[in-house]
Amino acid sequence: MKSFNYHSAKDSKEASKLSSSNSAFLAGGMTTIPSMKLGLASYKDIIDIKGIKKLSGIKVSGKSVIIGATTKHVEVANSKDVKKAIPSLALLAEGIGDPQVRNRGTIGGSIANNDPSADYPSACVALDAIVHTNERKIEASKFFKGMFETALKKGELIEAIEFKVPEKSSYQKHPNPASRYAVVGVYVAKHKNGTIVAVTGAKPCVYNDKDLSKALDSNFSANSISGMKLKSSDMNSDIHASAEYRANLVVIQAKKAVEAC
Amino acid sequence: MASLVGSRVERKEDKRFLTGKGRYTADINLANQTYAIFIRSPHARAQIKKLDISKASKAPGVVSILTGNEIAGDKIGGLIAGWAIRSEDGTEMKCPANPPLAKDSVNFVGDPIAIVIAESLEEAKLAAEMVKVDYKVLKAVTSTSDAMKGDTIHEGIEKNLCFDWLLGDRQKVKEAFDKADKVISIDIINNRLVPNAMEPRACVADYNSGSDEITLYTTSQNPHLSRLIMSAFGNVAPEHKLRVVAPDVGGGFGSKINVYNEDIVCSWAAKKINRAIKWVAERSESFLTDIHGRDHVTHAELAVTKDGKFLGFKNETIANLGAYARVFGTVTPTYLFGPCATGVYEIPAAYSNVKAVFTNTAPVDAYRGAGRPEATYTIERLVEKAAMELGIDRTEIRKKNFPTTFPFKQTLVHTVDSGDYVAGLDKAKQMADYDGFESRKKESESRGKLRGIGVTSYFEACGIAPSAAVMSLGCGVGLWESAEVRFNPTGQVTVYTGSHSHGQSHQTTFAQIAADELGVPMENIDIVHGDTDKGTFGMGTYGSRSLTVGGIAIVNACKKIVEKGKRVAAKMLEASPDEVDFKDGEFVVAKSNKKKTIGEVAFALYLPGSRDSDFKSPLPEGEEPGLKETSFFDPANFSFPAGSHIAEVEIDPDTGEVKLEKYTACDDFGRIVNPMIVEGQVHGGLAQGIGQALYENAEYDETGQLMTGSYMDYTMPRADNFPEFNIGYTCTHATTNPLGVKGCGEAGAIAAPPTVMNAVIDALGGQEITMPATAEKVWKACKSMKKSNAKAA
Repeated sequence: MKSFNYHSAKDSKEASKLSSSNSAFLAGGMTTIPSMKLGLASYKDIIDIKGIKKLSGIKVSGKSVIIGATTKHVEVANSKDVKKAIPSLALLAEGIGDPQVRNRGTIGGSIANNDPSADYPSACVALDAIVHTNERKIEASKFFKGMFETALKKGELIEAIEFKVPEKSSYQKHPNPASRYAVVGVYVAKHKNGTIVAVTGAKPCVYNDKDLSKALDSNFSANSISGMKLKSSDMNSDIHASAEYRANLVVIQAKKAVEAC
Repeated sequence: MASLVGSRVERKEDKRFLTGKGRYTADINLANQTYAIFIRSPHARAQIKKLDISKASKAPGVVSILTGNEIAGDKIGGLIAGWAIRSEDGTEMKCPANPPLAKDSVNFVGDPIAIVIAESLEEAKLAAEMVKVDYKVLKAVTSTSDAMKGDTIHEGIEKNLCFDWLLGDRQKVKEAFDKADKVISIDIINNRLVPNAMEPRACVADYNSGSDEITLYTTSQNPHLSRLIMSAFGNVAPEHKLRVVAPDVGGGFGSKINVYNEDIVCSWAAKKINRAIKWVAERSESFLTDIHGRDHVTHAELAVTKDGKFLGFKNETIANLGAYARVFGTVTPTYLFGPCATGVYEIPAAYSNVKAVFTNTAPVDAYRGAGRPEATYTIERLVEKAAMELGIDRTEIRKKNFPTTFPFKQTLVHTVDSGDYVAGLDKAKQMADYDGFESRKKESESRGKLRGIGVTSYFEACGIAPSAAVMSLGCGVGLWESAEVRFNPTGQVTVYTGSHSHGQSHQTTFAQIAADELGVPMENIDIVHGDTDKGTFGMGTYGSRSLTVGGIAIVNACKKIVEKGKRVAAKMLEASPDEVDFKDGEFVVAKSNKKKTIGEVAFALYLPGSRDSDFKSPLPEGEEPGLKETSFFDPANFSFPAGSHIAEVEIDPDTGEVKLEKYTACDDFGRIVNPMIVEGQVHGGLAQGIGQALYENAEYDETGQLMTGSYMDYTMPRADNFPEFNIGYTCTHATTNPLGVKGCGEAGAIAAPPTVMNAVIDALGGQEITMPATAEKVWKACKSMKKSNAKAA
């Protein structure tokens, strides 16, 4: 790892001010630090935001669950309020990585990184979330732009994520047996105004599968999507899973999610 | 005193390991030490056109940068193959030179070409980035099956062929096949594995210019052997000026048998710069440069009668050696593989033909089981297929061909001293509720799942030893083992063993053995190993040999102690040695209450006289003082553990996920010294064997880049991948050693792959798939099964 300047920001304003084209915000560090250790990334300045109290914590109202950016996965997984309002969200958090990762990793870090096989982006899309930054509010459907790419501008800091409480929902993933990241993860959420089927792992970026959503909108049952063949030409293909297999898994995991709703 | 051998004694080493008080190589820091980083080839095959260290040499903190030119200039030798194998046509095997630092060409990704030594690790890393290498990249040869058609990697080694070896009689086999009712054939791949010891390799080399001695602390399974090789072949230093210490070592599985480039380079460089050098592998370096295991492509055939008797066996295998032949690289796919490929069966005619090829991949060498897992996979997949094709129950066909009398002269090479294969299989069936499988299968099917059962009956040849035998097969050294048992004057015992413990629990099991032999409490016995300055020469630990060879050397040394003790006790008790019995630590004169404890005798041997004894020695005339005995044990034969394993899997046809529902292992390890430790060995072996069957795979792309070079991509099995193992034993004592013990360290890794794959393939209605049976492969097989079922309907 190359040496860098370490800063601990006391608030979002300071964090933003310290940032430059050669800096990174540090929350759990679950991706940033391994990347630096492997020499895949290096920064002049690392701005630690874990000390900013305002960025951590969970607020639940009847309609929404607001989770601060530096809230750890373990806190979401164990939150009684989250379990009550959106049980599938707590279960998703409980299934991320391993205990060490859950004890360090944060929700803000996960969605800012937008790993194509991360779990949280699918929750954001399925639960029609709004990403609160120090500058604005961004709808989840416009936040995730592409592989490791988001709508965030340089120096823009995620402060919280506001999830909409659905009528019912479930997240099901087929984990990569090596890394336990999602080969395919499907988050099905039935809202008053329609169903969203958010898929992670299958394509370079999380997406709402309109075909599955539509079918479930007309009839919210596993049967209605059973046997559906999805187009696999734009799906990821690697040593762990071919595009064809991923396309199959999206339907299978979606079925499982509907059954679990 | 109750015998300690056979009891579940808690491990003496656990407190140290579990409280962080172990001392591993990376824990060792010497005054004024420097840090090393190796410059490694990023290409699988290339010529080194230019190596420019000028900028890096001037980087802050750099002490020295040494390259292949310097090491060749100092006439430091390279890495060697420990076994010489002859081809069928009588020619000797062809092996390339394997210099510690490549000078002209590199042959796999990770091949080291230079060492950067600096005051700190960070400075070494930064300087390493400034080393400029100009490579001419050549087309890599990576495929095992096509290696003989690829470009010649090493000059003078045509077709990249190291040897083309034959064991057995082709003519007899042909005759047997001519008589057969049916020939069962399979094409299988034994997938390449990365050993993944928990502790990555490391070394700390120190040089004392005053005494001209080099001390190398290293992660080795066999420090004495490492010293011998580094001295005799590496020319690093004469043996008496080279001390090799392998302190606590966190797992080896064969990957730490070899002397590695880094050991030689750091030892040589420490003398050159006259300072200590520390190098610790990063995990990614371990993936690339530790030896890998397996990697065979096999076509095998079994000639059978219609009622299931085996008549003949053929085995045509291509074994990938990787870029270079290393210590056990050439014996693993030959004498450790070929003889065992006929399994636990009486087969009148058999041959194994192995073509060993070089490729531009990491060297392949002995990995837990070494050759026997590949052999067992070959025969047990064939036998299962034969049962299926002949419509005979898979356990009945096995029993039909088991030998029933021992010693059993196996078709190729081995004479198995003892065993009872029928009893083992019967017990395994009962433990696994084999007969209840059909109802469990129906239950799975009612939930839309597929269920399969698989059986393996295996034997293996381990405890690699008889020196005359192994040397006649091409081994460069004898494979006996040594022990030295030393009493302190105050009665505690230190046992020096040439074996090495890197997870095997020698501190406990060897102390149990010595405690039983000497009647000294276990807590008063220390086991010392892993240091060429402590104890006599030893051959190290691999091939499940520690107990069956090293343990017996301890028994024999203890017996010598008791003999000497008897003579001295007799004199002390004024009796003749014939009248003295030794039991539970006491020398007792028969039919009397006269006795001396072994502690009293040891005391007398170290302090042979007393103030009042008036020059009268307690020792018999001519007896030397002191109580210390050495034994070198060279057994009469290998050790032949055996057993039957049964696995049951459930498959989700929607996703292809395989769930291992039940795993039963019934093994015969002869007499068991510590059941808890044996269970641990079985569990670990099973985890690695099941890992090979379902998860692990080292995969190179066409250019020779390792695509599974981290835990993100290489699937190491985890605890939640396994059911609770159902473990049992049968016991026939080995007749070739006084304890009646057999090796247990590799059995799980040997038996599990065919057991699990037989179950998976059974669930898939006999459809062959290759290891590892990943979800996608199984899903595809399920789809084609559905299609063919639909057609049939």
